[in-house]
Amino acid sequence: MPARAAKIGEITDIAILEQAIRFFSFQDPTLRFAVAGAAMMGIACGVLGTFLVVRRLALVGDTLSHAVLPGVAAGFLWGQTKNPVAIFVGAVVAGLAGTMVATAIRRTTRLKEDTALGLVLAGFYAVGICLVTMIQRLPTGNKSGIDKFLFGQAAAISAGDLKLMSAVTVLVLVVVVVFYKELLVTSFDPAFARATGFPVRLIQDGLMLLLAFAVVGALQAVGVVLVSAMLITPAAAAYLLTDRLRRMLLIASTIGCGTGIVGCFLSFLGNSLPTGPIMVLVASVVFAGAFLFAPRHGLVVRWVKARARHRRVGRENTLKALYHVLESRAFARDGVTLKELALRRRETLDDADRQAKALVRHGLAVVEDDGQLLRLTSEGKKRAAELVRNHRLWELYLTHAARYAADHVHDDAEKIEHVLGEDVVWELERRLNYADTDPHGKRIPTLAEGQARTGRAVEGVPPPEGGVP
Amino acid sequence: MDANTVTAPPLEIHDLSVAYDRRPVLWGIDVEVPAGKLVGIIGPNGAGKSTLIKACMGVVAPSGGWVKVFGEPLDHAHRRVGYVPQRESVDWDFPVSVMDVVLMGRYGRLGLLRRPGAKDREIARASLDKVGMLPYANRQIANLSGGQQQRVFLARALAQESDLYFMDEPFAGVDAATEAAIVTLLHEMRDRGKTILVVHHDLPTARNYFDTLLLLNMRLVAFGPTDDVFTYDLLQRTYGGRLTILSEVADAVRQRG
Repeated sequence: MPARAAKIGEITDIAILEQAIRFFSFQDPTLRFAVAGAAMMGIACGVLGTFLVVRRLALVGDTLSHAVLPGVAAGFLWGQTKNPVAIFVGAVVAGLAGTMVATAIRRTTRLKEDTALGLVLAGFYAVGICLVTMIQRLPTGNKSGIDKFLFGQAAAISAGDLKLMSAVTVLVLVVVVVFYKELLVTSFDPAFARATGFPVRLIQDGLMLLLAFAVVGALQAVGVVLVSAMLITPAAAAYLLTDRLRRMLLIASTIGCGTGIVGCFLSFLGNSLPTGPIMVLVASVVFAGAFLFAPRHGLVVRWVKARARHRRVGRENTLKALYHVLESRAFARDGVTLKELALRRRETLDDADRQAKALVRHGLAVVEDDGQLLRLTSEGKKRAAELVRNHRLWELYLTHAARYAADHVHDDAEKIEHVLGEDVVWELERRLNYADTDPHGKRIPTLAEGQARTGRAVEGVPPPEGGVP
Repeated sequence: MDANTVTAPPLEIHDLSVAYDRRPVLWGIDVEVPAGKLVGIIGPNGAGKSTLIKACMGVVAPSGGWVKVFGEPLDHAHRRVGYVPQRESVDWDFPVSVMDVVLMGRYGRLGLLRRPGAKDREIARASLDKVGMLPYANRQIANLSGGQQQRVFLARALAQESDLYFMDEPFAGVDAATEAAIVTLLHEMRDRGKTILVVHHDLPTARNYFDTLLLLNMRLVAFGPTDDVFTYDLLQRTYGGRLTILSEVADAVRQRG
């Protein structure tokens, strides 16, 4: 069975299946370490990334993760070998030094935070790259593995690395669970937290320390260059998917964990491609999914809703036009021909036909006479009367209460009529003393015509605070 | 000490100075606020009004002087101090509900490792009810209007159950109904013996809203009952020679009749 793995260059379905079996059976200890490590770091990064995103510290995460590289190299030089503890200590020290330098620059000069972070990121990273190159040219010592820190190679995760990663992940989870309240209040409103007696600075420093731990833990799997993406991307996707911090933490760590596993698998399939870029790609795909399809904030969902609203407004305008035609002949006959509708709206017969069909689809009208005659259903009549009533009431309100001139109010009412809810209409009626004529002398349809109005909440307009002033 | 804390004033500020980047913002402020007063902190832009209350609460560090709350240093009295920060100071897209924010008012009393319990939730609900925001308890804060946001902050302060309150521009950018509701609430709190300091920037309403005024322009210009302090002379000294404001002052003083 393992023989086929060598031919991974020409992947066939069978090869993928075999690879998948080999991957998910976890026979390979290297693979076990890789998957367990990547999954755990995904969780730790997702949790800490959530706090970075809501605290607007994404750039700090990026800077810290690049600043660790000189420390990684120094740790490597110290032991002349890949000793996880030496590298861990070196990297944490370098990362924290980087954030401290950035803070010092911001505090002592006029430079703003983004500039300070940019300076530190580039400077520390340059030092790190030089050191790494030097190490690779050293004649002595076992230098294998240092290059893996740049782009990540989960397959290089050793038992020692895995122990460190587990320790970091457990620590992160315990701290966040125990100090959830403190992290929440200092993230949302630091000034209030300070006034309430919370050690805001200490909590922020503690978060940075954890962040340094997580970044260094994840280096082996993701690499210095892209580890900040594992902090930001799952958390950013989670931010679009929920608006509660607890759920965001859960979603971000789930995405991080899943991304780690899938990233490992794809890297394994692709014959040991660097895991970092692949994991980040997977996370980015998840983010793109959230960006497009998130239930409330997603682009597609918002577009679909906007289109539905647009179509409803279109139907309502047709209903109104029909009402106007009927009104113009004092409601003498029930049916309206397509031609009458087209004339009224100054549109073509094709347009009128399309509009009629839309009404029929929604049960607001029926067509007779080979599609030429349009007759409102009782639901359609009710809705048409409501709309005309909304329009005229609003016009009246604007001219009376807001002192608009009568020829300025029509366009306003054209928009408002579609969103006025029942409560607001009641209030308008009361304020207008149940007037029955609009500013242009047209009659406002009565309740009987609008009949038992079904409660339609106002869409897009928040309810007035403490009653209409 | 005990006898001292019983009779000690809610807030005593002694020779307080604050500097940002070594540039002084407040100079040698001396104030003793008696209990049960509703104090308006009035002064032009850049007078250090927000800085004063932030220094009182330890949010910014003073460069000199000290503050005592009920006769004790602030670190021992956090529980007795409530705070309503400026609305713009937080990110209203933050993923929390209205209830979550109000519960933060209870955090100071919980101490380490404890989470808000049923009693805290009950207090938070009662506080929300008082500002008419209970129906919104489960909403995300991003969906609130400016006035509603301010009410949520007030509810959080109520949930703190403090004796001394600092409020930073609670009337800024709120609707008329909310402004009236806040004034009623402040008067009610004062009548229950709370001491409240409010940063306020609207001169004409200041006279009606507060029983005591603190006139500030980097240094203390005057502190006392509104009727004694709201004079043309003192306001002119507070606002300096700014003509538009002076005419506003003149109007406001004339209205006193």
